[in-house]
Amino acid sequence: MKISTLFYTIRQGFANIFRNKWYSLASIATISACLFLFGIFYAIVANFQSILHITEEGVCITVFFHNAEDDCEVEHVIPTDLRMEEIGQLIAKRLEVSRVQFISAEEAWADFGPSRFGEDYQKGFPQNPLEGWDNYEVYLSDVSMHDTLVTWLDSMPEVRKINDAKEVADILNGTNLLVAYVSVAIIAILLAVSIFLISNTVAIGISVRSEEINIMKYIGATDFFVRSPFVLEGMIIGLVGAAIPLWLIYVFYNYVLSYVIENFNVLSKFLNFLSVDQIFQTLTPVSLAVGVGIGFLGSITTVRKHLRV
Amino acid sequence: MAKKDLLRRRREKMIQEKGVIYLDNVRKIYSTGSPALNGITLGIGRGEFVFIVGDSGSGKSTLIKLLLRELVATEGAVYVMGNDLAKLKHRQVPKFRRNIGVVFQDFRLLNDRNVYENVAFAQRVVQTPSSEIRRNVPAILATVGLAGKYKAKTKQLSGGEQQRVALARALINNPSILLADEPTGNLDPKNSWEIMRLLEEINERGTTVVVVTHNREIVNAMRKRVVTMKKGVIVSDEEGGEYIDED
Repeated sequence: MKISTLFYTIRQGFANIFRNKWYSLASIATISACLFLFGIFYAIVANFQSILHITEEGVCITVFFHNAEDDCEVEHVIPTDLRMEEIGQLIAKRLEVSRVQFISAEEAWADFGPSRFGEDYQKGFPQNPLEGWDNYEVYLSDVSMHDTLVTWLDSMPEVRKINDAKEVADILNGTNLLVAYVSVAIIAILLAVSIFLISNTVAIGISVRSEEINIMKYIGATDFFVRSPFVLEGMIIGLVGAAIPLWLIYVFYNYVLSYVIENFNVLSKFLNFLSVDQIFQTLTPVSLAVGVGIGFLGSITTVRKHLRV
Repeated sequence: MAKKDLLRRRREKMIQEKGVIYLDNVRKIYSTGSPALNGITLGIGRGEFVFIVGDSGSGKSTLIKLLLRELVATEGAVYVMGNDLAKLKHRQVPKFRRNIGVVFQDFRLLNDRNVYENVAFAQRVVQTPSSEIRRNVPAILATVGLAGKYKAKTKQLSGGEQQRVALARALINNPSILLADEPTGNLDPKNSWEIMRLLEEINERGTTVVVVTHNREIVNAMRKRVVTMKKGVIVSDEEGGEYIDED
């Protein structure tokens, strides 16, 4: 392609937008409306998932080991300090595990004693009653793997008891699944509505363009020459159509976030909302790509119908 | 069989050499089943001026569409400028069409652009450098008598002026053939004659001109070759002929 033709294509792409300004405005409005809904929905889901994830990170399984107080039959499986360290490393290597923390009997008593017996908890207990109850607190990376991890831990001969978090894991798991299904359903509905609205807008544009494309083809324009200004026009419309809702969501999200933090201080203590930057890290490239993609596909399919002249 | 092959090859060679329009026993049947063209054989030499006349439904428009390679013949062969149009691939069609100027009854101008842009557009399509476009467009507009109106929007022009713009656009790339499909169909007699005189001038410069028309007065006055069509066949083909009303 010659440089002059390239510049001509770019000029025509921009000129087309102004020539068919009502069609352009309708297309931009349609794409903006769809992507605004996408953006709002994404912000809600992202925050919900972040809160769920934080909750999941707190889900902990406590693993206890055999000690000297147990039957003689299990004496040979009482883990030595070296073995305990080894077991800790084995647990940490598991995919289901985000972190492992060793809690010695002393640490366990220092934590448990005051909460149960008050500040002078050591008075009635000359010796640590939790002696031999060294344990690992295992935090999950994914609550859906809870049962797998518990089964594996249970298979270790040194393990005496596991305080699992089955109920919490099941609730979180169920919520995760629900969020996933609802997200997929809403995205599918939004997508269907978008395609319907956009195809209608494109159909309006066809009547304006068919004659122009016919003339170009009679004169001897190649498919590429005919198509490129329209495709560029579609991509610009898509880009603008994506940028407008991004700006609106940026302002709207910031406003809602500061309103919630100021007026519902209690809520913000429990719920950790994502910052606007965290939201836009994903939303910006996805929205722009979807906008440009819709513009590209919309224009290319519209023009294609009229190229066979 | 060998003799038939020899004749075919000789005919094809002649077409290649002379660069004429040649339709060899062409049939065009639409999906409805009725033949729009039913075994047409027609040759048009370089530099000829030919009127194609006939009633509505006689197959004139189908003929023009075949010559533009908008349609492909169901049977037979269409040669234009040495190209067998049935063998032309889709991607080769644009380059082929650049040898043919085309003018329609409804002008088919880009109404959101001015006169200059409409004519320049045909040169942009063939990637003519901008400096040449700036030189060529005023020259061709002067030829069709629109030198002073290059800035006007096409909708501000009269029918005759719009057809001149269409003519300028058709001619700016120096086509070998000019096809005019009812070029005076929307014009008053005065403008019709002006357009026909322009077409005659263009023909005198060596361009082959094929005009499809209903305008009996013009056909009879100009004394050119007249091909008369009826129900998909050629019923007469006469040099200096007349448009005879069959009814």
